[in-house]
Amino acid sequence: MNRILLMVLQRFGLGLLTLFVVSIIIFVGVEFLPGDIAEALLGQGASPENVAALRHELGLDRPAHIRYIDWWAGVMQGDLGTSLANRRDIAELITFRLSNTLFLALTAAAVSVPLALIFGVLAALYRNSIYDRSVNVVTLGAVSAPEFLTAYVLILYFSVKLGWFPSLSNIDANTSFINKLHQVTLPAVTLMGVILAYMMRMVRASIINLLASAYIEMAHLKGMPKLRVIVKHALPNAWAPIANIIAISLAYLVVGVVVVEVVFIYPGLGQLMVDSVSNRDIPVVQACSMIFAGTYILLNLTADIVSICTNPRLLHPK
Amino acid sequence: MTNRLLEIRNLEIDGESDEVWHEIIKGLDLDLDRGEVLGLIGESGAGKSTLGLAAMNFVRPGCRIREGTIRFDGQELTAQSETTLRKLRGVRIAYVAQSAAASFNPAHQLIDQFSEIPVVHNVKNRRDAEADAKDLYRRVLLPDPEGIGYRYPHQVSGGQLQRAMTAMALSCRPDLIIFDEPTTALDVTTQIEVLTTIRDIVREFNTAAIYISHDLAVVAQMADRIMVLRYGELVEEAATRDMMSNPKMDYTKSLWAVRSFKKETETVGTEINPVVKIDNVTAGYGQEDILKNITFEIHRGQTVAIVGESGSGKSTAARVITGLLPPRLGNIQFNGKVLPKSFKARNKDQLRHVQMIYQMADTALNPRQRIRNIIGRPLSFYLNLRGQKKEERIRELLSLIELEPDLYIDRYPDELSGGQKQRVSIARALAAEPEFIICDEVTSALDQLVAEGILRLLDRLQREFNLAYMFITHDLATVKAIADNVVVMLQGEIVEQGRKTDVFSPPHHEYTELLLSSVPEMDPDWLNELIAHREKHGVMTSTSTS
Repeated sequence: MNRILLMVLQRFGLGLLTLFVVSIIIFVGVEFLPGDIAEALLGQGASPENVAALRHELGLDRPAHIRYIDWWAGVMQGDLGTSLANRRDIAELITFRLSNTLFLALTAAAVSVPLALIFGVLAALYRNSIYDRSVNVVTLGAVSAPEFLTAYVLILYFSVKLGWFPSLSNIDANTSFINKLHQVTLPAVTLMGVILAYMMRMVRASIINLLASAYIEMAHLKGMPKLRVIVKHALPNAWAPIANIIAISLAYLVVGVVVVEVVFIYPGLGQLMVDSVSNRDIPVVQACSMIFAGTYILLNLTADIVSICTNPRLLHPK
Repeated sequence: MTNRLLEIRNLEIDGESDEVWHEIIKGLDLDLDRGEVLGLIGESGAGKSTLGLAAMNFVRPGCRIREGTIRFDGQELTAQSETTLRKLRGVRIAYVAQSAAASFNPAHQLIDQFSEIPVVHNVKNRRDAEADAKDLYRRVLLPDPEGIGYRYPHQVSGGQLQRAMTAMALSCRPDLIIFDEPTTALDVTTQIEVLTTIRDIVREFNTAAIYISHDLAVVAQMADRIMVLRYGELVEEAATRDMMSNPKMDYTKSLWAVRSFKKETETVGTEINPVVKIDNVTAGYGQEDILKNITFEIHRGQTVAIVGESGSGKSTAARVITGLLPPRLGNIQFNGKVLPKSFKARNKDQLRHVQMIYQMADTALNPRQRIRNIIGRPLSFYLNLRGQKKEERIRELLSLIELEPDLYIDRYPDELSGGQKQRVSIARALAAEPEFIICDEVTSALDQLVAEGILRLLDRLQREFNLAYMFITHDLATVKAIADNVVVMLQGEIVEQGRKTDVFSPPHHEYTELLLSSVPEMDPDWLNELIAHREKHGVMTSTSTS
């Protein structure tokens, strides 16, 4: 058991290290953006003196590495800093946005993960049947269409023509849960279109791979009923690949939400980030990026841990 | 006849590849009485496994039974529903697979996989099934029969798994067990133990069995009657002793004769400097030493066979010589000069003179390259041959390995048979004009007749070009055929080395004796006599440490 704990701790440490490296990359990347917030706020007509004064006031005239260390020290104390654009506390700014993004992503995930598992396993079991082929065609189509196209098509039919759902997802702190669900239906469906297809195809492939194993044939030759072969013999060995597929899809959900949020003007983290990049509001961009990167790392870490904890070779060492 | 257990008539099975159906089994008949052991023998692709599985009316995905009847104990199986068949499988007909390591589910304990058969089929309850499992584990001579069932497959050695699988097949005391190459993946010393177990168990329970193997000597020990198959058709069928003493068909005779090849002359190295000398080498991965103080040398025109079971360090020795695994201690000398430890530090000439031929020609040849490019690459890389000269040399090499240049030069590896691919691998090694070639189990993936052809070719090339070979193999018949010198390895150490005639004639080292006596012989009484001999003299019977 200790070996597993050690491996998990190791992965966790690696995750933290990755996050640190990512923070440097983000910081350097943002440094390379042309212009800064002083120019963006004051506009093109501002005099160089005014711009310089504002830079000094915001602390932008200090060397990059000092600013980075400052920022990192703040993050360590749980202080993400304040937005340069509106002087609001970033943590406060982000909390509401993050909860919105998570709500959207979780809604999409709650529907698509079980569907993908069911469709994928069925497609694997009835390989090359009419069902399998048609599911393949539909999902391939869904994967191929870019999200913004899907989004606009959905808006055109379900909000403009039929008027069932709003084309803009207006949400504030007082919106009720039911109303929220109604508001996020179209963006959630758009997201589902992409990850459902992807997940389903991966589940299908890994189950087919598994069913070709010698021990599955053996189970059939022992006269085990079909359901038992799947549940008792295939599934315990399927957790690791399936956990990986789900983790990557969910990570994509949270990160890939940016485009969808912009199309639906949904007040989520993605939209905030896009706005902040165009404003050169660097602390906000950094905070958003760190949250995205952290989510990605956390989900992959979870998948790793699931693979480790379901591997009989590790659970029952020699 | 009331004693008849299985009766297959005019069986035809098709297999699909690339959307085309072709016949795998072409109208075969098979009869089996209660308590009888039938041996099925043939080369790969003969349809042995397909026929064996058909006895349970089971076909692998991509196959279908087109014609014929399968009567088991008076019941016509081809007409039965899947549910009825399911109730037969595991209960009245059981199966023992080639690779027990792959056929046990890695996620469950051995005893769970044993007990589920009687429990699911309502033959026994869980507690009785477990008690029975322990009893059977004891009978198949597994160590710690009370506790071993609670281990997971990866915690048990290959030979033990194969025995546990035999015990599992017996869980419902079936009338028929199908053994599909149950010892092919095992070392010779382990093979003996498993063979003995299977034979005793089958006799004890009076179970009928179909024993599938490509190894005639093994089948001769196990079967009452033998069917020889080729391309899905019956070649010959007779009682074991009749067939062994008096095979009728040419093909059967050729199977008997394959071990006839023997290198003509023995080469004794006389020069002061051998081509390759492995000098006091210790090497391994991580903390562990796989090779411990190994020293041997290979002279010009000589074949040195490295013999040992899996895990003995044979392949690691090859990796050290090629520089893929730099040794911790000691060095490799080539014509008297020390080679850099890592291949990265060796120059082109040093690299050129050490070539390698691999066990799996399938994976050693790039499937996307034509034969012309595969053989041409070392020509341009090592020897700077271009254009017309290169083309001529490729054709010359193809003629050397007895493949018609016009026919084969533009083919892809997929368009060749297994033996032809291995010939191309030989040509590729030869193209570098080396002085020394490492042959790593080059014949073990091939059928015996084809393997014999490869051995003859290697022997001819050796004489023509005065090549030195290091021949890694676990097959002692091959060693007897081709080696001049023999190095016997056990757990990373050399237990004995010297001229083949010396090593293979008594008095032997204890381990060499064990290896030599474990190679199955054609004589149907061989196993009985060996076991009797070993019991009487109490010799070393196992090397397993687990």
